[in-house]
Amino acid sequence: MSSKSLRVGFIPLVDAAALIVAVDKGFAAEEGLDVTLVREVSWSNVRDKLNLGLFDAAHLLAPVAIASSLGLGHVKVPIAAPFTLGVNGNAITISPALHAAIMAQIEGETTDPMATAKALARVVAARRDNGLEPLTFGMTFPFSTHNYQLRFWMAAGGVDPDEDVRLVVLPPPYMVDSLANGHVDAFCVGAPWNSIAVDLGVGHILHFVSDILVRAAEKVLAVRQRWADDNPDTVAALVRACQRAAAFIEKPENRAVAADILAAPERIGVDAEVIRRTLDGRLKVSPDGRIRESGRYLLVGREDAARPDPVQAAWLYAQMVRWGQTAATTEALRIAKSVFRPDLYDAAIGASAPARVVGDGIGAFAGPAFDPNDIAGHLGSFVIRRRPPT
Amino acid sequence: MPAESTKIVIVDESPIRAAILQEGLREAGFTTVEHISEMQNLLARIYAIDPDVIVIDLENPSRDVLEQMFQVSRAVRRPIAMFVDQSDSASIQASVDAGVSAYIVDGLKKERIKPVLDLCISRFNAFARLQDELDRTKSALEERKVIDRAKGLLMKLKGLTEDEAYVLMRSTAMREKKKIADIAQSIITAAEMLK
Repeated sequence: MSSKSLRVGFIPLVDAAALIVAVDKGFAAEEGLDVTLVREVSWSNVRDKLNLGLFDAAHLLAPVAIASSLGLGHVKVPIAAPFTLGVNGNAITISPALHAAIMAQIEGETTDPMATAKALARVVAARRDNGLEPLTFGMTFPFSTHNYQLRFWMAAGGVDPDEDVRLVVLPPPYMVDSLANGHVDAFCVGAPWNSIAVDLGVGHILHFVSDILVRAAEKVLAVRQRWADDNPDTVAALVRACQRAAAFIEKPENRAVAADILAAPERIGVDAEVIRRTLDGRLKVSPDGRIRESGRYLLVGREDAARPDPVQAAWLYAQMVRWGQTAATTEALRIAKSVFRPDLYDAAIGASAPARVVGDGIGAFAGPAFDPNDIAGHLGSFVIRRRPPT
Repeated sequence: MPAESTKIVIVDESPIRAAILQEGLREAGFTTVEHISEMQNLLARIYAIDPDVIVIDLENPSRDVLEQMFQVSRAVRRPIAMFVDQSDSASIQASVDAGVSAYIVDGLKKERIKPVLDLCISRFNAFARLQDELDRTKSALEERKVIDRAKGLLMKLKGLTEDEAYVLMRSTAMREKKKIADIAQSIITAAEMLK
């Protein structure tokens, strides 16, 4: 059997784990795929190179796959996501100064996002009264879960993310420096960057995003829709390789090996121990060494996380509507949902019954249960939101 | 809008490439060209300059920052668009291949922008060729150093003349179908291990 050559782009983040392990552990080769992983520096590059056909597949922000299919932000190229590389996995990290300010204002549990969001609202109001500059929050891309998770959290506490604070895009490798030198007061990013900020003593992890949403699709394995149609066997082989890798990573006895593979300089290129913490969901959250554990920090294949869930796609689309990135139309909603392809996943792995871990599939800490069939009605219940562009 | 009043910003951490680009743009009549090499607070700098066109190196992580500018601007400031439109995938391809991306402020006519992008693509390609040449020269120089060292070792250890040492390495390289530099490197490695 001759092997099929593929070029696959990725960003050095822990949620590329299934893809990297699939290649470096030989699972892809055993599926007859000769995969070259190409490390990229920006999501714009990954998106453009995938869209242009320079990549056959890519590690991509789930919202970018949807935006690309809708023609938002760039050229319109329909994308198919047959595999979810990661569910959750982000954290909100804040500077020691902001941490002290929030802790001084908090009423309730520090892991309760409603308590911290309300405390943030008081900090924001106090700053305004004292004539101080608004707080600045870093996130990774306009179409990113990081953006939506930050917005969802602060808006629940009464902070308008467009009026009361500044939200800026920062490439993940610049996050820690920017927090250290005061260009941002906080950021939301994936691993390993939160842990690196804590280890350097410049940040506190305030929340795992799983505090905010029980289940949020973070990165997907993305291919062009047309390419998926033309290469169904290759798509299936790639999905199977990633599935094997995800299962490998989720076994605790394999974690050390997986972390070593991911730590290689040409992959993620950071200390294996830092990666290990994320995979285990056992993170140092404070420079004083305090540890927090969560079984939901990053799901790589566990709890059926790898199977694309169109409800997740609908939720991400709803956030684009909520924050004025696009208008709500039934056609756009249909397209958004159709980006996530459980059918391709099932065809590759063998049909599986989807797990329902959370009632509405999202499990947000605030607001009504998510209704994927009535986005406009669902969003109507939120006070802080933008009017869509006309 | 005439060329001389088109304000262009080059975002590039390579001062040499930026200079090559700047010179080309000036020759083409674009006199208002500014270079940003420092990525801290990029958006603030760009807003302060208020350019019509932003040209950025594709390997710069801050490309994602410009995507936000595009998003935010569409809502609250002024529209910004990627130069190439939906139908123009050949131009996107050419610019990605060359390693450059350009963003323009809406309202600048496409005919005006086309020469800017074409020029940037050709300059980026010229820079890539230059870099390539430099790398080749550098590695040729390195190889020569390695060969000279190995030659010296052979002369000392085997009592050969310089010519004899070279001929020995060349014939070994031919027999083993390797480069002389590789043979020379193994001689050095072996000599170090036998020290």
